[in-house]
Amino acid sequence: MNGDPTLERIAQGNGLALCAAGSWTARFAPVLEKMVADAEKLTGSRPNIFIDVSQVSKLDTFGAWLIERLRRSLTQGDNEAKIAGLSANYSSLVDEVRRVKPAPAAGAVSVTITGILDQIGRNMAGFGTTIIGLLDMLGAVLAAGGRVFIHPSGFRLTSTVHHLEQVCWRAVPIVVLITFLIGCIISQQGIFHFRQFGADIFVVDMLGVLVLREIGVLLVAIMVAGRSGSAYTAELGSMKMREEIDALRTMGFDPIEVLILPRLLALIIALPILAFLGAMAALVGGGLVAWGYGGVDPEAFMLRLRDAISINHFTVGLIKAPVMAAVIGIVACVEGLAVEGSAESLGAHTTASVVQGIFFVIVMDGVFAIFFASIGM
Amino acid sequence: MAPEIADAIIRVRDISVQFGSTKILDGLNLDVKRGEILGFVGPSGAGKSVLTRTIIGLVPKTSGRIEVFGVDLDSANAAARRGVERRWGILFQQGALFSSLSVRQNIQFPVREYLKVSQRLLDEITMAKLGMVGLKPEVADRFPSELSGGMIKRVALARALALDPELVFLDEPTSGLDPIGAGDFDELVRTLQRTLGLTVFMVTHDLDSLYTACDRIAVLGNGKIIASGSMADMQASQHPWLRAYFHGKRARAVMG
Repeated sequence: MNGDPTLERIAQGNGLALCAAGSWTARFAPVLEKMVADAEKLTGSRPNIFIDVSQVSKLDTFGAWLIERLRRSLTQGDNEAKIAGLSANYSSLVDEVRRVKPAPAAGAVSVTITGILDQIGRNMAGFGTTIIGLLDMLGAVLAAGGRVFIHPSGFRLTSTVHHLEQVCWRAVPIVVLITFLIGCIISQQGIFHFRQFGADIFVVDMLGVLVLREIGVLLVAIMVAGRSGSAYTAELGSMKMREEIDALRTMGFDPIEVLILPRLLALIIALPILAFLGAMAALVGGGLVAWGYGGVDPEAFMLRLRDAISINHFTVGLIKAPVMAAVIGIVACVEGLAVEGSAESLGAHTTASVVQGIFFVIVMDGVFAIFFASIGM
Repeated sequence: MAPEIADAIIRVRDISVQFGSTKILDGLNLDVKRGEILGFVGPSGAGKSVLTRTIIGLVPKTSGRIEVFGVDLDSANAAARRGVERRWGILFQQGALFSSLSVRQNIQFPVREYLKVSQRLLDEITMAKLGMVGLKPEVADRFPSELSGGMIKRVALARALALDPELVFLDEPTSGLDPIGAGDFDELVRTLQRTLGLTVFMVTHDLDSLYTACDRIAVLGNGKIIASGSMADMQASQHPWLRAYFHGKRARAVMG
């Protein structure tokens, strides 16, 4: 018989036999657990209880363990409950589960106020550690850069060009598209609101200053942090997980020199180029909207643009780009190297890389704004 | 073609697998009997793992038919497939433990998905499984990245056995283990096969495993099974690769 499992109670004199039958297997585990829980209440009701398993047609670890659990709870002091009728096939399985010690329960995590405060404190302290980590990496990169400068043979040109293709060339379409659209939107909004004062033409001033000084480089930097910063963290992180970075180190290579310097350099070259292309695309987009929606024809647009902006606006934008690239790259590399063994850790550090990258880019932008304002650029 | 075996738990008929223009398996036939431990050998790159993955359904086949527990996995509906998947356990070469779950959660994961049982029983069964694969209960709350290679294999085996499957696939279970650990592992597989009535499909390169653990050995070459039988049959074979494999320096060391 191979049917549903049962556990019958049969009184025998002053004793009680619990007759198990059917298939005591994982499939029936929920039913079995309930039956065993009911039978456990019989503990101590009779002086002599034993478990008869001769009718069990199929037994696996689940069944064997539940029988063992029943045996343990029916055992009181020296009066051990016996298992009878065990077939030779299953005796080794039953012996196996008999050796199982009661499980140490998994510790539950409770939420307390001190716990929350503790976490906040740790996060604040962690911020300090992050800054130190970034400065540490900056120092290591500068040292590696110095070594490469003295011995240019150590410079990895192929790797740098490869990364340049990844972060610059392949990023061009999306960067140009997004900045073009942003240019369109700025222009449309500008015209819509300036029109109320009859100042349509000033939209060109706004577009020029905004795009060349701020939006162009900031937006591109944010896109690069999301696109390339995350890629760097994921690449380095999975290399760290598979001990590839340790392998490099043991072969006498400096991971900073081999992995990080080319990536960082590629990013520092790429961001000004992308920022420039982005700014141009935004101007084109804004110009087209100004023409179609605001009736500012291209000739007037160009004339106005030439009056409104100076080369200063353009240089201010481009000076910021390599610095932002360095910040994004260093954050990404620090986070990548901080990845530990699990997939979860890789995800957490990639998130941290992008979030911190964008945060520092905006902070840097603010610092630059104050700086340029005070030197009158 | 091998004669039909009546009580075959896996029946592979005439399967071919092709990656691009490279033929990996070419009209392969194989039967695995219920309750046996089949050792599966062959040169590196011959397609042992590909065959395993094809049977499990991870690699699509170009042609042929595969039945596991008498169910044709191609024509089976989702429920029947799930039914089959619930009855087998797989030990991947690298363990494939979920890195963001602890050992306890890794072992409980399949049980939790398939059975509605209490947390208490889950914990107890986890401990039973850990004990069976020879690990201490303290390991339960560690994460895979904190385990040694041998422990990862054991935990992965415990997870493969979590639902008490009837069939387990082991992909190079003893590779990367020290000889004592590997010996223990073979012993463990033997014990589990006896106690749980398991059928074991084991891809291995370990001559010791073949010698001590396996009931039958099948050899893959040129996309086909070139030989299958007991250890004695293998040693008697005149096939050049088999001769090199079973009579090489290392083989002599094992057989004494």
